[in-house]
Amino acid sequence: MTTTLIQQVHPLGGEAVDVLITDAVISQIAPSIDADADVVIDGTGLIGLPGLVDLHTHLREPGREDAETIETGSRAAALGGYTAVHAMANTDPVADTAGVVEQVYNTGREIGLVDVIPVGAVTVGLGGQQLAELGAMADSAARVRVFSDDGVCVSDPSLMRRALEYVKAFDGVIAQHAEEPRLTVGAQMNESELSGKLGLTGWPAVAEESIIARDCLLAEHVGSRLHICHLSTAGSVEIIRWAKSRGVNVTAEVTPHHLLLTEQLAETYDPIYKVNPPLRRAEDVDALRAALKDGTIDIVATDHAPHAAEDKQCEWSAARPGMLGLEQALSITIMTLSNEAGEVDWERVAAVTSTVAAQIGRLAEHGQGIVVGAPANITLLDPTASVVVSGTELASKSHNTPYEGLELPGRVKYTLLRGELTVKNGQAVR
Amino acid sequence: MKRHLLSAADLSRDEAIAVLDTAEQIETSLQGREVKKLPTLRGRTVVNLFYEDSTRTRISFELAAKRLSADVLNFSAKGSSVSKGESLKDTALTLQAMGADAVVIRHNASGSPWQLASWIDGSVVNAGDGTHEHPTQALLDAFTMRKRAGRGVGDGLDGLKVTVVGDVLHSRVARSNVLLLRTLGAEVTLVAPPTLLPVGIETWPCAFGYDLDQALPDADVVMMLRVQRERMNASYFPTEREYARRYGLDAARAGSLAPQAIVMHPGPMNRGMEIAAEVADSARSTVVEQVANGVSVRMAVLYLLLGGAA
Repeated sequence: MTTTLIQQVHPLGGEAVDVLITDAVISQIAPSIDADADVVIDGTGLIGLPGLVDLHTHLREPGREDAETIETGSRAAALGGYTAVHAMANTDPVADTAGVVEQVYNTGREIGLVDVIPVGAVTVGLGGQQLAELGAMADSAARVRVFSDDGVCVSDPSLMRRALEYVKAFDGVIAQHAEEPRLTVGAQMNESELSGKLGLTGWPAVAEESIIARDCLLAEHVGSRLHICHLSTAGSVEIIRWAKSRGVNVTAEVTPHHLLLTEQLAETYDPIYKVNPPLRRAEDVDALRAALKDGTIDIVATDHAPHAAEDKQCEWSAARPGMLGLEQALSITIMTLSNEAGEVDWERVAAVTSTVAAQIGRLAEHGQGIVVGAPANITLLDPTASVVVSGTELASKSHNTPYEGLELPGRVKYTLLRGELTVKNGQAVR
Repeated sequence: MKRHLLSAADLSRDEAIAVLDTAEQIETSLQGREVKKLPTLRGRTVVNLFYEDSTRTRISFELAAKRLSADVLNFSAKGSSVSKGESLKDTALTLQAMGADAVVIRHNASGSPWQLASWIDGSVVNAGDGTHEHPTQALLDAFTMRKRAGRGVGDGLDGLKVTVVGDVLHSRVARSNVLLLRTLGAEVTLVAPPTLLPVGIETWPCAFGYDLDQALPDADVVMMLRVQRERMNASYFPTEREYARRYGLDAARAGSLAPQAIVMHPGPMNRGMEIAAEVADSARSTVVEQVANGVSVRMAVLYLLLGGAA
């Protein structure tokens, strides 16, 4: 029996308590605990959060291990405070069978730094033509509950309807990459005054909004769960708000980069800022931040998208879209959920980075927080520290961070997965 | 002048006029010479890096550099290491290692000259990037307008009314011209079907409209843009015939122009579509002059960027 004692930590910023972990489960919480623990962590001044859960990570394995592996991505996740990440299906081969999702799941378990939960593809090969064997993936050892063709939209409305209906059998959710493909042919950045000036083909907001509106109506029609990936426009926020007011069972995520960065960065023509959906206007960023605060947007999801140097150090139009995010997401969430006096709404931080994501993904072991009887998946954050981002010092195999040189608030000091330290004093244990 | 010429917006009014004045001086100094060559860039190396076919622009730059006695290397992406997968960055580093003093780049990707400029020490001249800009085309157009308007050294284009017609959305010529002509004091009006005007056009420093007939009588200069036929397949307009009827400059329309008005086209022209043959070949047309002026203006640009002496 292994015991860990965390001394004088502040769960969700509350009063300082001692937390005793016995055999991977939180066994006691009290103002002071006198126990002969195997591991003692000084939590003085640290904020205790439920271990973070990402619903949207690209780990690139299998297929592009030169950009990221499950191991390097797991390490980045742990350093970012995550105890579970959903690995997107657009690998090579695509995660569209029980075999591939089990391989990803088992590799993650063997590495043991975070729980790697595979996302299953909705359609075979992300081709948008034929449903993948969703049930087989749900029944596999990986117990897939989130299905997505992320990277491409399930644009056929009939197929989308069937997918939404079909996953009801095992309480699954379809996570839609909302992009009407006929409106984004050749698109390179947000369609705006700036795209017109820069001579880059625009990705109009309506391409996202029209799919979200359609899918909300489809989800309502068939009574199924729908999740919208990486919301990026003010209009999308309005549609989600409207759909929720109608009682549609829809959830939505926003990425750290869409909460912080704007399309103006495209002016540099540096493909580090190329992402899909693209960085939008300042008005959109404001709307997304407000929606995260008021609950219209349910979670922050990273869309962590590592790319090898050759896929980014090239012409903008040839570059692959995507940017890193696992190690910065918590800081950017804190920035978003702070008030003008610098006070942070820690309950909301926990909800959007962990609890709700775990609920959407149906992960019973995660997102429970620091309560007696819960699995000890915990993140301890020093809110007074800050980190200056350096791409080459990140744990990801790729270095495509848009935050290079930025000083971001907060530093994850410890991450515990089922009571085992995966991050100790800000360093990955492996 | 700055180290690079990437955008028409890089040029202040004084700098733009200096380029035009220098082109004028170069023309004057070459007049009557049997050997049309100046020793100014002797020992300098200029590389024409063309990722996109453009014989007329490449030849114009090549001639300009040679007339300044520079060593000229033509690097075409076709049949080169680029077609074997070499990246722009690796190509840039190769040119850097070879000591290129200036690289003239033509690329189908908007923004690529900016990236190139971040990777090499020499000067970069944008010879057309994607659907973005083509600053030397704008300079040669301005040079042509200034001459035809009877203005001289030191003059801008103040008060000149320029109407640019056609596929503004995909036109690097239009973008650079709007920026430069505005800098030089001209009043620019863009005319196109709404599908071929960029989002945010109302914020550009120019007027715009959809009716060509309304715009013509007022214009001192009408600049017709090339329309690529594949735009029709993408439903930017219904048919070539309809486009020609609504936006083509035929003889009847040309008749509504003021007596002094000129007709410009960056070439190559789709005769019968955006411009009728009789207009293209009329005395109003400056198409051939534009080509000749292009060499003088590009000489001026290379001269000013590379600072003359080796």
